[in-house]
Amino acid sequence: MSVLILIELNGSEVSSNSRAAITAATQLSDTIDALVLTDDSTNAASVASLDSINTVKVIADSQLEHVSVGVASKLVAEAMAGYKYLLSGSSTYSKNILPRVGALLDIQPISDVCEIKSNNTFVRPLYAGNIMATVESSDDTILMTVRATAFEHSGDGGSAAIEELSLPIPEQKSNFISIQESQSERPELTTADRIVSGGRGLGSKENFALIEKLADKLDAAVGASRAAVDAGFISNDYQVGQTGKVVAPKLYLAVGISGAIQHLAGMKDSQVIVVINNDPDAPMARMADLVWETDLFGALKELNDHSL
Amino acid sequence: MKIIIPIKRVLDPYTQARVNKQTQLVDLTNAKMAMNPFCEIAVEEALKIKESGAASETIAVSIGTEKTIDTLRTALAMGVDRAIFVNTESDLDLQPLHLGKILANIVKREDAQLIIMGKQAVDNDNNQTGQILSGLLDYSLGTFISKFQLSDDGKSAEVCREIDSGIETRQLNLPAIVTVDLRLNEPRYASLPNIMKARSKPLETIEISSLGIDISPRVKVISVEESGTKDRASKQVQSAEELFSELNQLGVL
Repeated sequence: MSVLILIELNGSEVSSNSRAAITAATQLSDTIDALVLTDDSTNAASVASLDSINTVKVIADSQLEHVSVGVASKLVAEAMAGYKYLLSGSSTYSKNILPRVGALLDIQPISDVCEIKSNNTFVRPLYAGNIMATVESSDDTILMTVRATAFEHSGDGGSAAIEELSLPIPEQKSNFISIQESQSERPELTTADRIVSGGRGLGSKENFALIEKLADKLDAAVGASRAAVDAGFISNDYQVGQTGKVVAPKLYLAVGISGAIQHLAGMKDSQVIVVINNDPDAPMARMADLVWETDLFGALKELNDHSL
Repeated sequence: MKIIIPIKRVLDPYTQARVNKQTQLVDLTNAKMAMNPFCEIAVEEALKIKESGAASETIAVSIGTEKTIDTLRTALAMGVDRAIFVNTESDLDLQPLHLGKILANIVKREDAQLIIMGKQAVDNDNNQTGQILSGLLDYSLGTFISKFQLSDDGKSAEVCREIDSGIETRQLNLPAIVTVDLRLNEPRYASLPNIMKARSKPLETIEISSLGIDISPRVKVISVEESGTKDRASKQVQSAEELFSELNQLGVL
């Protein structure tokens, strides 16, 4: 009944969503191994010091930097032999690879698990989180991604054994050209304690800078509604909601966001929600712990000028 | 080069999903339905490629009961050349693995070089079918794309992928599957004359039973509940000073 966790690395650091997957795995088994695909085997050190991991299985090859999903899924499928579960934290990394592993092993994967009810029964969101479904898998092997906001992030303190797997690397059908990393000095959206989020009400890209200014003042991440992204105020990686990122910070401050269903689904679990808007009837306002009904530009100026 | 666009009919995304307590399923009786928004973006991209002269034919495929034909007609009205309807007769709980197997069958039969589809359907939110299809066919895959450019020789495509850390650019050898993200394009509306013209475009029906694919559910939905968004007891504030003071008291600053 052992679990293998596909670990996502950011450089040599273990991603926070992988830490959530470890917590989820402890609810399924006492025997948890980690799998790392990397171009540099020294990256396995940070994985070996994670809590709750028995053995770190490392596939290291220079070709694995920016490897294609076709190659990655074949390697993961091979490393899976003998395990009952494969878990990974929900992210674009795991969502790219896991379903393709499912195709190779004839398994129906389960996306975005939020709760583990038993060894084959899980709760996952449908309809942008408006519906929570309890689902039961009849597959012998279970593949799933878990929501990073639904499980505690497991810490460090372990000393797992490291085992290098030497598997032949299959031929790639897609080649990496470049990556343009989002440049941000701010906290990462999905792990930030505080988020300042802007919507269509901001009116322009120039005005959206007021959101960024307030975020910097509060040491917060910047978020946006889909409407703000569609209008070109900010890039898609800042989008909070069903089609963007799901967040659950201590403070979510929404400015000029009316509150489409798909946006609310992405932030409804925030601890304290503040809404600044001139429309008291907007769906967003009903979700708020604190509402400031006012002209949002006046409010932003006042907030940016006022000392904390 | 043929392009296949798998599309899905879903509950209109601007409608609130409700649970039917008796069936323990989401109530779709008399509900307003629409083409999955990501599928509209996929259709638009396929049409653009065809209009550039790089594709010979665009084919929309959808799987479901007869009502699904409405959604295929919408794709035809947008400009797709022909449609394939896979008839499930009744409402089956088809999962991405089943859909992947059905689509793989059609992709091979049509010998399509490019499959463009939505990154996820906004009902079940699985985000899996494109990835599974690529695994079954062993084709190259570009998920979450915001840019697509076919090479001059038509043998590969350069795509930009919207991933958590930023934007990744890759070159995919064809045949390939791409799943589209929001910012790829702005889908067109069907004009009235095109809606009329769509009625006479070819639409082929395939009975799901004729494909010989095991469609027994692997993952069963046992129950569903509305989690919705709970209203909170909102407190009004009137100034930055008051807001910061409240937030300090709540200990979130």
